[in-house]
Amino acid sequence: MNLTKYLKNRLDPLFGGTEYPETKSKILLMTHVVVGYPSLEANWKMLEAMGEADVDLVELQMPFSEPSADGPLFVKANQEALRNGIRWQAYFDLMKRASERFDFPMLMMGYCNTAFSMGFENYCVNIRKNGGEGFIIPDLPLEEYGDLFEYSRQHDLDPIMLCTPTNTEERLRKICGHGSGFIYCVARKGVTGKNTELDISAEKILQQCRLYTDLPLALGFGLSQAEDLRRLHGKAEIAIVGSALLKTWEAEGETGYRKHLLSLAAARG
Amino acid sequence: MPTQAINPDASGYYGDYGGMFIPEILRTTFDELIAAFNEAKADAGFWQSYVDVMQNYSCRPTPVTPLENFAETLGGKFQVFCKREDLNHTGAHKANNCMGQGLLVQRMNKKRVIAETGAGQHGVATATMAARMGLECTVYMGAVDVERQRPNVFWMEQLGATVISVTEGTATLKDAINAAMRDWSESMETTHYVLGTTCGPHPFPEMVAWFQSIIGQESRQQMLKINGKLPDKIYACVGGGSNASGVFLPFLEDTEEELVGVEAGGHGLDSGQHAARFSGGTVGVAQGYKTYFFQDDEGQMMHTHSIAAGLDYIGVSPILSHLHDQKRIRFTSAADDVVISATKLLMRTEGIIPALESAHAFAAVVEEAPDIPDGTQVLINLSGRGDKDIFNIAEAIGDEKWDEFLRTKALRK
Repeated sequence: MNLTKYLKNRLDPLFGGTEYPETKSKILLMTHVVVGYPSLEANWKMLEAMGEADVDLVELQMPFSEPSADGPLFVKANQEALRNGIRWQAYFDLMKRASERFDFPMLMMGYCNTAFSMGFENYCVNIRKNGGEGFIIPDLPLEEYGDLFEYSRQHDLDPIMLCTPTNTEERLRKICGHGSGFIYCVARKGVTGKNTELDISAEKILQQCRLYTDLPLALGFGLSQAEDLRRLHGKAEIAIVGSALLKTWEAEGETGYRKHLLSLAAARG
Repeated sequence: MPTQAINPDASGYYGDYGGMFIPEILRTTFDELIAAFNEAKADAGFWQSYVDVMQNYSCRPTPVTPLENFAETLGGKFQVFCKREDLNHTGAHKANNCMGQGLLVQRMNKKRVIAETGAGQHGVATATMAARMGLECTVYMGAVDVERQRPNVFWMEQLGATVISVTEGTATLKDAINAAMRDWSESMETTHYVLGTTCGPHPFPEMVAWFQSIIGQESRQQMLKINGKLPDKIYACVGGGSNASGVFLPFLEDTEEELVGVEAGGHGLDSGQHAARFSGGTVGVAQGYKTYFFQDDEGQMMHTHSIAAGLDYIGVSPILSHLHDQKRIRFTSAADDVVISATKLLMRTEGIIPALESAHAFAAVVEEAPDIPDGTQVLINLSGRGDKDIFNIAEAIGDEKWDEFLRTKALRK
């Protein structure tokens, strides 16, 4: 699929969309699953809830033993998932099953060593074969991509680039120049899972990236509530909610999780 | 002012190894660090200020000591010398890197330092540097290491550092590195990460090796003065690889020298419980760099084991990986029990208490002694002293009087 087109088709034209689709969202919602945590069965329930809430985009994280860009909750999730015996086969099985069952496109999220150990070409082959549309690798800067750009083109996958508030203008221009699908803007310094005041730095990174790309902009790191999404209307095209939903699953179980998801979905406007 | 025997390419690679696999949030910080390091490197005054500090604060130049008795017990057919990094301030070569990076921190005008530590040596060295230079200091240490290296935790705290016990993952050195990186990805504007070894993203391998190369530079001059020639073989233990890089690199171009890196053989290479990356490792990418890692077939890091906490690490310097592939350095390993015997032998014959890490290099010489040609001159890098290992060595030796002492001490509380 053409991910950019899909995203723009789901947006109200006033907010960056291109057509008048049935769902006219002011912002789209991307959610996150750490595959294997708390269990594959729980992951399936999460995905079903996402399907019901008509979430726009989902990232499936392949766990890694050294998740150095993640905060405490996802670190624990990565660790427990590996302890639960998650390997590539189980990961891709879930991706395939989900791609057959749900409408939302999925991205593979995970650390560089998974792609490196699989081999960059195989990595792309596997994502394509199992129904993924792209990938996010937080510890792989564009200088280290090598032939991964070429393989992702061959297999029609979008490598999602990250832009952060500490990057220089020149760097942002360069990253956006390599962008594909959409641009993942990191709202603040630090790791995943801490609350973000949607302050000047978050707005600034969105404004800066807007200068360098026509791709949709996603904002992630620290978004948790419906209110956060509403505040982003007209500023970003996609809101990313990861740790906050997992926290709700841990505290309130499936019922609370569904409720949280629905409130986020409704806040798309 | 040292010349570098080996330089990374513009992307921070040594052959196929190294690189910068960093999250984008740290890109600007790394760019600034590279610029600051390159400026310092080009400034002869900076190296001189480093040498001065090491002379008036850390006993440099450390001596080279002939070990005639030790050599005698090995048959007496070859000579053994050791480079006394144990006589550094805080008892190990770690002080070299810490003071060097401390001077760089002053140039960058940052007010806080963070560090990871395994055995605690690097943590203590960083804490002393921070105290002396008036910097705030936080040290990340795996919970397992906190437990087995309590004395070092005590000293770090007394020196004014905050020690954070890391319970994630295997709760050892690699997890402490992850925790330090997480801190840095938030605190980079005021904080410098004093990475303790020749690992991690560029420019750390190059920078740490540059400061540590003072070991090899001094050794060259000292060996020439003592013997009128350079040693035939040089042995060093290899965890992350900082003491080995330090002693080896200034000898790199003397192709006559045999350079031998000794990894942790743990319970033996067949047991799977060791940290010999060149025997059980494969090439991967983690903690910001590409090298040989102790990992499974899907790139998940595995548990390493060594009696020496400082060698108990999944990765190894990209510089050493490159020189391994080039066959310029030969790598071997020494098992825990052989290391303990070598430690005892060195204590009894020479009155020197080696760190368990450094004792690996001695253990390899003991094991290879029958094959070392007559008249050979061997230099061993004694990277640190063993006082810190008193609990572990006493336990391994099974000293009953020490056990009794611990019990009495505990009861008196």
